[in-house]
Amino acid sequence: MLDFTILTENFDIYLEGYKTTIIASLIALVASFLLGTLIAVFRIAPFKPLNWLGTVYVEFIRNIPLLVIVFFFFFGLRFSGPVAGATGLTIYTAAFIAEAIRAGILSVPKGQMEAARSSGLTYGQTMRLIILPQAIKIVIPPLGNQFINLVKNSSILGVVAGLDLMYHADLISSRTYVTFDVYIFVALFYLSLTIPLSLGVGYMEKRLAKSN
Amino acid sequence: MDFAGALSPDHLTFLLEGFWVTVKVAFISIILSFLIGGIVGILRYASIPVVSQVLAVLVETIRNLPLLLIIFFTYFALPEIGIKLDIMYAAIAALTLFESAMLSEIIRSGLKSIEKGQIEAARSSGLTYVQTLNHIILPQALKRMVPPIVSQFISLLKDTSLAVIIALPDLMHNAQIVYAQKDAYIIPIIFTVALMYFIVNYCLSLIARRLEIKQA
Repeated sequence: MLDFTILTENFDIYLEGYKTTIIASLIALVASFLLGTLIAVFRIAPFKPLNWLGTVYVEFIRNIPLLVIVFFFFFGLRFSGPVAGATGLTIYTAAFIAEAIRAGILSVPKGQMEAARSSGLTYGQTMRLIILPQAIKIVIPPLGNQFINLVKNSSILGVVAGLDLMYHADLISSRTYVTFDVYIFVALFYLSLTIPLSLGVGYMEKRLAKSN
Repeated sequence: MDFAGALSPDHLTFLLEGFWVTVKVAFISIILSFLIGGIVGILRYASIPVVSQVLAVLVETIRNLPLLLIIFFTYFALPEIGIKLDIMYAAIAALTLFESAMLSEIIRSGLKSIEKGQIEAARSSGLTYVQTLNHIILPQALKRMVPPIVSQFISLLKDTSLAVIIALPDLMHNAQIVYAQKDAYIIPIIFTVALMYFIVNYCLSLIARRLEIKQA
């Protein structure tokens, strides 16, 4: 059976890691949303060099492991563990978010853009006021999925001494000489974040399917 | 930065040896996951009472855990309950567990995408449920599943890099050994490794895309 004293006696340490996992995921979510939106707009902007830049970013980043990106910042540029981790997560997730947002934007009928442009709005205004607000509805469920991935991927901080749950679990297991129980509790901490998120995303997907 | 030194023939061979391990582990894992995920997906699709619910809970739990945690756990925690696996087997076991959960969902939604009328038509023309599944549903669903399965294989190739935490001698692991020699090697080696992953995964993603277009 599980030894619950491991959880109770080391609760503060677990909590410390849990906090970092949440904070790193949130920071990376906000940052990758901003970067991802910018790249999505690059990919559909009526200007070839920008399209090209956006495509290269998305294709390159999506096809290499997150670990390589994190190592680049950690070993290559000597960022601290948590910063290298959060930066790597942001750059990696932005590529996936950009694709989700692009798909959302493309799902808005072309006539909307044409109508807005012919009524005198600039391209930037049309994007901001007409297209993006409509696209966001379709984009929310895939963004939720990306956030779940982000929380799971944040465990990579543990590889670069990033002070997250995985890192603190390592501290606990080297203190208690127990691995099995320590990491079962870590799993429960992760599930406490990811399960509610997946249920939320599932609910939104259903609602969206109904509204269409 | 010392590109020439970092990319000496010896280093490149060593990196490619690592990449071969990455490909091998990913390939074995995807085959096993396809079999296990296939069985799980079909059982969930068939909605057998109790079995389907138990599998649903298992699949959701595994899918919602970080793969890194699963790999770590398989190698470092299981020995405490008497299951000791070699590094290679631990990596394959962990990746297979995680990917089976992912693939079972792909397979289940592939099966669900086949119109109900097909089942009704097959059943009413006298086929049993298993025959319907075998001859009518699976062949059509399999074709639709190929592109997402290729995408999943790309994820797997990338995710295999996480096995560095149990010292699987894969591409990432060998890269670390090479750049540990000299600071000037770090950035060139990381770029080279990224490029290797990129070339293989990008080619795979082009194949997946072509298959998708062909079907549409």
